[in-house]
Amino acid sequence: MAADQRLNQEVMQSIIKRYPRSRSAIMPLLHYVQSISGYVTNDGIELISELLEIETAEVSAVATFYTQYKRKPVGEYHVGVCTNTLCAVMGGDAIFAALKEHLDIENDGVTADGKVSLEHIECNAACDYAPVVMANWEFYDNQTVESAKSLVDGARSGNPPAPTRGPNRLVTYKEASAVLAGLDDGLAREGVQAGGPTLLGLKLSKEGK
Amino acid sequence: MSKLTPVLSAHWDEADSFTIEAYTRHGGYTASKKALAMDPDAVIQLVKDSGLRGRGGAGFPTGMKWGFIPQGDNKDHYLVVNADESEPGTCKDTPLLMANPHVLIEGCIIACHAIRAERAFIYIRGEVTHVVRRVNAAIADAYKAGHLGNGIDVTLHIGAGAYICGEETALLDSLEGFRGQPRLRPPFPAIAGLYARPTVVNNVESISSVPAIISNGAEWYQSMGTEKSKGATLYSLSGHVNNPGQFEAPLGITLREILDLAGGIRNGHKLKFWTPGGSSTPLFTDAHLDIPLDYEGVSAAGSMLGTKALQIFDETTCVVRAVLRWTEFYKHESCGKCTPCREGTWWLVQILRDLENGTGTEADLEKLLDLCDNIMGRSFCALGDGATSPITSSIRYFRDEYIAHVTHGACPFDPVKSTLFVGAVN
Repeated sequence: MAADQRLNQEVMQSIIKRYPRSRSAIMPLLHYVQSISGYVTNDGIELISELLEIETAEVSAVATFYTQYKRKPVGEYHVGVCTNTLCAVMGGDAIFAALKEHLDIENDGVTADGKVSLEHIECNAACDYAPVVMANWEFYDNQTVESAKSLVDGARSGNPPAPTRGPNRLVTYKEASAVLAGLDDGLAREGVQAGGPTLLGLKLSKEGK
Repeated sequence: MSKLTPVLSAHWDEADSFTIEAYTRHGGYTASKKALAMDPDAVIQLVKDSGLRGRGGAGFPTGMKWGFIPQGDNKDHYLVVNADESEPGTCKDTPLLMANPHVLIEGCIIACHAIRAERAFIYIRGEVTHVVRRVNAAIADAYKAGHLGNGIDVTLHIGAGAYICGEETALLDSLEGFRGQPRLRPPFPAIAGLYARPTVVNNVESISSVPAIISNGAEWYQSMGTEKSKGATLYSLSGHVNNPGQFEAPLGITLREILDLAGGIRNGHKLKFWTPGGSSTPLFTDAHLDIPLDYEGVSAAGSMLGTKALQIFDETTCVVRAVLRWTEFYKHESCGKCTPCREGTWWLVQILRDLENGTGTEADLEKLLDLCDNIMGRSFCALGDGATSPITSSIRYFRDEYIAHVTHGACPFDPVKSTLFVGAVN
């Protein structure tokens, strides 16, 4: 039996009930475990295997396939710098190098205070806002070395700037993971509906161009 | 008259555009009402007549895909919306869902009715927290308003960071609770898809285009676009341009026209190379500015329209560095199921790294092309094929630049010059 009593089985059952077949719930359940524990714990894997009536090896196989599932703790604010080609060329490489130096950690590292972890990420579907940085998978658009440093400094002091296109405050990694488990945090109406680049074509067409 | 035709993006500039109130204010959920009163086959016919083709990359006719679902088979049918937008350069579905998730939900209702499905799944990538919030809230509001729950249900499924899950059969495996790895076809999803039931997998933009087609008719949609590529679509312009962004225009617009609208290449620089539809589509150069950006035009010029992700690079960009980075991406994202892709992308990275840092040889170019030849068409899905596109096309157009790395013994480019904050750094 799983030892971690913080994992709420009622919530987990409600996630399972979303699907016609229980096994489909494995991904949201893994996000849910991360929302409680900050990463995919062995306890979490065991409990999911019990609830879905599959082997722990099958749960581990899924947990290790997807990069968003972490098998060791990440920071309270998990920062991803896009270093896929377009963002990299336009400044992502410079931002990533600067953050590694600034935080004195490597890729996949966590600061000693546990506040910030860092990884380089692949294209996050915001290329018209390059260079892009994500924190807990919220958008920080049009970043520079300085703005990215302010983001992580703010995160370390417990006062990170709000995302560019996201809620009015940056939620923690665990809170974001709950959203990714499909749980409502009531923040959907916060933040802009779109940024400038998203609206550019519409604006030009209204100007008759 | 404007060259742009905002339909999907028509109301994105209203601050509450993502709410059910805003969507309803602009006539939202009247198309689904109209469609639900129609015979399902008539809905399929209307979408066929409109000429709508898949906006996720392949360009397969949407109505025809719906028509493949067997009818009267007493099986559950499923609609699965592919919102796993991850192809490098592609950034249209994400802003669409942030600004107006209800148009996708209404499209789901219409598509479910047409293919006699009672349930749709929206598979969204996991790296976009706020978009997940918006779509989840929209689904909840659609239930409260009675648009969902009366015979048609929509379930949001959130991914966890795997490009391969944008491939439709890998997506289905992932949704069933397995590692996302592509399936051998046949059987195609239309016969044995999700839970081995007849399934339609469509891109976000494809499904979101349906409500307007139902409301305005096939002829209206046909009036936009070119002979075989009908309608309007979202072109996503990014990179070394003065004004990047989303441009909804009829199929067949050219990059030159879009660049004119966007204020051109960033000041003092000139176009070097670009992708017409994401990194898996062979590169174009400044010789391709006037290619009509429709399915046929891009294909005839040796590339693919793909996701209409126009990534623009100016002359400061080292093409070898760009291609190496994309190749590292494909290596990382290869699911490992098929040997040619798993091993091939690994070797491509090794050779390209040598070439990029100046320790490669001219013979490496032939080795790269030979490897590409052995990857192409030899796996279950197109990921490996896509990995070869930037390599073969860049060697075709920029062989001299690869050679320059060999003769120079290092990369001849200064990466600082291609950053956006070059002025601030200097």
